[in-house]
Amino acid sequence: MSNILEVKDLKVAYGGIEAVRGISFDVPEGQIVTLIGANGAGKSSTLRSIVGLEKPKAGSIKFQDMDLVGMGTETIVTKGITLVPEGRRVFVNLSVLENLKMGAYMRKDSIEEDLNWVYDLFPRLKERSWQAAGTLSGGEQQMLAIARALMCKPKLIMMDEPSLGLAPIIVQGVFDIIREINKQGVTILLVEQNANMALNAAHLGYVMETGRITMSGPGKELAANEEIKAAYLGKAKKKSVN
Amino acid sequence: MSATTFAQHLLTGISLGGAYALIAIGYTMVYGILRLINFAHGDIFMISGYFMIFAMASFPWFIAIPVALIGTVILGVVIEKAAYKPLRSAPRMSIMISAIGVSYLLENLATYLFTAIPKAYPEIPFLKKILTFGGITTSLVTLLTPVLTVVLVVLLMQLINHTKIGMAMRAVSKDTEASRLMGIKVDNTISMTFIIGCLLAGIGAILYFTDRMTVYPYSGSLPGLKCFVAAVLGGIGSIPGAVIGGFIIGICETFLVAFGYSTFSDAFTFLLLIIILLVRPTGLFGEAATDKV
Repeated sequence: MSNILEVKDLKVAYGGIEAVRGISFDVPEGQIVTLIGANGAGKSSTLRSIVGLEKPKAGSIKFQDMDLVGMGTETIVTKGITLVPEGRRVFVNLSVLENLKMGAYMRKDSIEEDLNWVYDLFPRLKERSWQAAGTLSGGEQQMLAIARALMCKPKLIMMDEPSLGLAPIIVQGVFDIIREINKQGVTILLVEQNANMALNAAHLGYVMETGRITMSGPGKELAANEEIKAAYLGKAKKKSVN
Repeated sequence: MSATTFAQHLLTGISLGGAYALIAIGYTMVYGILRLINFAHGDIFMISGYFMIFAMASFPWFIAIPVALIGTVILGVVIEKAAYKPLRSAPRMSIMISAIGVSYLLENLATYLFTAIPKAYPEIPFLKKILTFGGITTSLVTLLTPVLTVVLVVLLMQLINHTKIGMAMRAVSKDTEASRLMGIKVDNTISMTFIIGCLLAGIGAILYFTDRMTVYPYSGSLPGLKCFVAAVLGGIGSIPGAVIGGFIIGICETFLVAFGYSTFSDAFTFLLLIIILLVRPTGLFGEAATDKV
């Protein structure tokens, strides 16, 4: 299987402080890949530099053999790659429908079909299409943020902490949707602190610690790894008691 | 005060208010998208007056008007690119100080180039036509100003609420970074805001100066500040707010003059600013202050 995204020796720094210290990873086409790690490990910085919101200090980012480094965000998103940013960032002053239209902003073709597609995926959004996005609940806003990203027909969709601040039952819903979107052919790069859910959903997982990738492997394998359990899943202690 | 005199003053007030409203929209739109009080806006309005003087010297009015308006728009966009764009990631105070700098630059440049002696504003023949009905005497420009203001505001609201560029402007005003993720070219959207703001200020300048008949380098500073107050009164960031604020200030000012308190009419505007900021800082239609993160 070919890689849709290849990141090599990526370094991101904020005024002398290196948040990402030379990481390399691949995202195979058609898979769910997750990047897990604690707060401040450099996960968000990695996603933000892929989409051009941060300028990498060094390294290369190849998306379908195109080098993304140095391109503006406005250009990168036209290549079929998009980011659902941390904290949802829906346009609270725009209606749900307008938010979806914003997602399709740079498209010139008809969006009717994709509008129906995301409304099928998220029936709640259809019910609320005329409501201002700011009046939606947190879970609905997250759904809207994902739906908005889908409206640009991405080949790769990156999500930064989609489960952040949501009730467990809603988190389950978000992960169901992630699997569903993936089944329909969209590659997903998922950054999560909810390591358990993320690793179980992912084909491939990477563990990030203070700016470096320390471990990688199939999601299920990582989820079963004792070290990871101890560090991120909080299950090791229970086992030692047994 | 008889009913006729009252109506006469009311009409003058509404007309002045219309011109103020057109300028106030420029303040409120730029604030909405950049969180910047564009202190140079009043001076762009003044330069627009000079543009019209020079345009009328070489062209008939129906060519001179578009020439002056285009000149005003170009000036506004150039100012944005030169003085504000490089400061986009700087602290908000820096860009505001830059705006104050541009304001002084334009005033002094105008003094240097055109001298401080007021220049006669050209008469656009049909605008000065005198109309009389029911004891009220007025010129066409006085009647035309509020009508034109309302028409332009309706068009502007249509643009903002029902077109793609308008949607992009609203999106950028809420979240620049998320807008970039949608593929919106933020710089173009900001330029568009300046184009609209300056176009309206240019139209406002024609209406205002036709009434005042002279332009001098400080012609823009006091009206500029008053329109800023109008925008704050209406709730800065809100276009209907700016329009209503403009009308309120125009009408109040005219009546204060009519009642013989002309000395205090300017003071009243700024007293109003202090009171709004104390009592209702978000203005009449302003949204609750949420800081951008």
